[in-house]
Amino acid sequence: MWGILRRSAVDGGGFSASSLRRTRSALVSARSYASGSKEMTVRDALNSAIDEEMSADPKVFVMGEEVGQYQGAYKITKGLLEKYGPERVYDTPITEAGFTGIGVGAAYAGLKPVVEFMTFNFSMQAIDHIINSAAKSNYMSAGQINVPIVFRGPNGAAAGVGAQHSQCYAAWYASVPGLKVLAPYSAEDARGLLKAAIRDPDPVVFLENELLYGESFPISEEALDSSFCLPIGKAKIEREGKDVTITTFSKMVGFALKAAEKLAEEGISAEVINLRSIRPLDRATINASVRKTSRLVTVEEGFPQHGVCAEICASVVEESFSYLDAPVERIAGADVPMPYAANLERLALPQVEDIVRAAKRACYRSK
Amino acid sequence: ISDDSSFYGGHGIVGAQVPLGCGIAFAQKYAKEEAVTFAMYGDGAANQGQLFEYICLWDLPSILVCENNHYGMGTADWRAAKSPSYYKRGDYVPGLKVDGMDAFAVKQACKLAKEHALKNGPIILEMDTYRYHGHSMSDPVGAHTFTRDDISGVRQERDPIERIKKLVLSHDLATEKELKDFFINLNIDMEKEIRKEIDDAIAKAKDCPMPEPSELFTNVYVKGFGTESFGADRKEVKAALP
Repeated sequence: MWGILRRSAVDGGGFSASSLRRTRSALVSARSYASGSKEMTVRDALNSAIDEEMSADPKVFVMGEEVGQYQGAYKITKGLLEKYGPERVYDTPITEAGFTGIGVGAAYAGLKPVVEFMTFNFSMQAIDHIINSAAKSNYMSAGQINVPIVFRGPNGAAAGVGAQHSQCYAAWYASVPGLKVLAPYSAEDARGLLKAAIRDPDPVVFLENELLYGESFPISEEALDSSFCLPIGKAKIEREGKDVTITTFSKMVGFALKAAEKLAEEGISAEVINLRSIRPLDRATINASVRKTSRLVTVEEGFPQHGVCAEICASVVEESFSYLDAPVERIAGADVPMPYAANLERLALPQVEDIVRAAKRACYRSK
Repeated sequence: ISDDSSFYGGHGIVGAQVPLGCGIAFAQKYAKEEAVTFAMYGDGAANQGQLFEYICLWDLPSILVCENNHYGMGTADWRAAKSPSYYKRGDYVPGLKVDGMDAFAVKQACKLAKEHALKNGPIILEMDTYRYHGHSMSDPVGAHTFTRDDISGVRQERDPIERIKKLVLSHDLATEKELKDFFINLNIDMEKEIRKEIDDAIAKAKDCPMPEPSELFTNVYVKGFGTESFGADRKEVKAALP
C-alpha cells in the first residue's frame, strides 16, 4: 500500500487545520464505511503539524524569510500568520546568521522556535549557530542550557536549481553529537516527525524535500490525530523482503520502492527501510534486516564521500560481518557539484535503475 | 566570465556576493591596477550583514551598489530593516543616495564613486528605483502593494526612458513631432532589433546540443591529480579527474 503514490498539484489551497477537523469528524461518523483511505500532501502534513503544535504550546513560534505575509516560500506556513498573529509568526530580513542566532538565543531562554531556512543551502550562512551555539550547549553547560529548537526547510536537489541550491546536508549535520537529524518521506512521516521534533527538548535539524511537498500519500486516522507523534531514532520498514536490504531516506524512499517492484518481477525480494531518523541512526533495525537478507544496498542523494551510506556500511561491516554474503553497495549522488544541464543533473542523482543494478550485483545476478 | 568584460556574474547565495566583490577590489589594489569593482546587491540582501567597515580600514577600491526597489522578494523594505537608508549603513564607509531612474544621475554618481574609490576607499551608492512587477509569478495577493495607478504614475514621472525624452524636448534638441517620428521609428526599429536579438539567442540556445555525459566530470578541479570521481553508481560510472 505504501508504494502507491499519487501526484496531486496543491497550490496551498488544500487542507487548512479547520477543514481538516471537519473532514476528520465526518470520517469518524462515517466509520461504518470501512474503505476509502484519506490522502494528504506532505505540504499539508507539515502545515497541520506546525499549526497543531502552535495551538498546543504558546512557546512555539515560527521564524524565517517570507513565512508570514508571503504565506511561505513553499506555502508550508500558509495561513499561520492569519491564525496566530505577528507575535507568533515572524518574517525576518534576509540574514540567516542573524535570525538563527536570535532563534537559538530564544531557545536558551525557554521558547521553542521553529526556524525555517528557505533551503538548507542557506543554512551554511548560519551553521556556526547550529553547531556551536545549539548542538553543543547542553553538553558544555552540564545540562543547564538545553536548546529546544527546530531548524527546518527543503534539503537536497530540486529540479534544475544548480550547484549552490542542490546540496544534501544530512551527512554534515548527522555527524554532530548534540543534534538530532530527521528526514521524512511520506505525509505521515512529515506529521509525526515534525511534531516530535517540535516537542523535543534538543536541537533538531528537519530535512524536508521540495519535490515531495506536492506529493499525496494515504494517511491513517491515527496520524491525523493532534496527539500523533513518531518516535525519534526509529526507522520504518516500508516493504518487507528477504533477499536484499535497501536503506534510504527522503525522496529516495520512493525510488527504492519502485526499484523493489522491478526487482520483484525478477524474483528478488527487497526489503526497503525508510531511515526517518539520520541521527540517532537506527542501527538495530538496519543490522537486523541485513542479518535476515545478508545483502545491503544503501542509497542517498548527497555526495558519496563521508556520507550517510558510508556510516551505514561501516556499521553493518562492524556488527554483522559474518552475515554478509556480498560486498556492501552504495548508490549516492555523483561526486561532483550538481550540474545545471538537465541531462547531467539526471546523471548526478541516483535513478531507479541504479538501485536495481546494485541490488542485482549484491545478489550476484549480474557482473 | 570573459576576461574582457570583467563581469563575474551573479551568485546563488543572497548577500554573499558583496564581500566577494570587495575581494576582487582587494586584488586590484594589490596589483596596483587603477581599477575599481562594483559589487551589486538589493535592499533585501543588504540585511545579510556581510558589509563590514573593515573594507574601509584597508581602503579597498570597491563601490557597493544597493539597488533599492523597496522589496526583497515579498517583503517591503520597512518590514526588513529598522533603517532603510541603505546609503547610511556604512558607518565609516560614506554613501550617496542616487535617483536610480535618472540615467544622468547614475552616470555622474558612478564617475564620482570611481574617483572616490581610487583615492579614498569604499563608497556606497544607493540607487533608488522601482519594481513594476512582483518578484515572481507565484507572489500571493498583497505581496506587492503598488496599485496600477501607482505604477502608471511612476512610469510617467520617473521612468528613465520617458525622462530622457522630456529632457530632449525641454532643451529644444528636437521638436515634439521630430521626436515622435524619431521615437516611433527608433522604437519600432529598436524593438524589432531587440526582439530579433533575443529570438536569435533563444534559437541558438535551443539548437545547442545538450552536454556530453563526460561533461559531468569536467572542471571539478584545475588540478585533480588523477583522483577518482564517481557517478551515482560508483561501480558503473567513474572518471579520473585530470
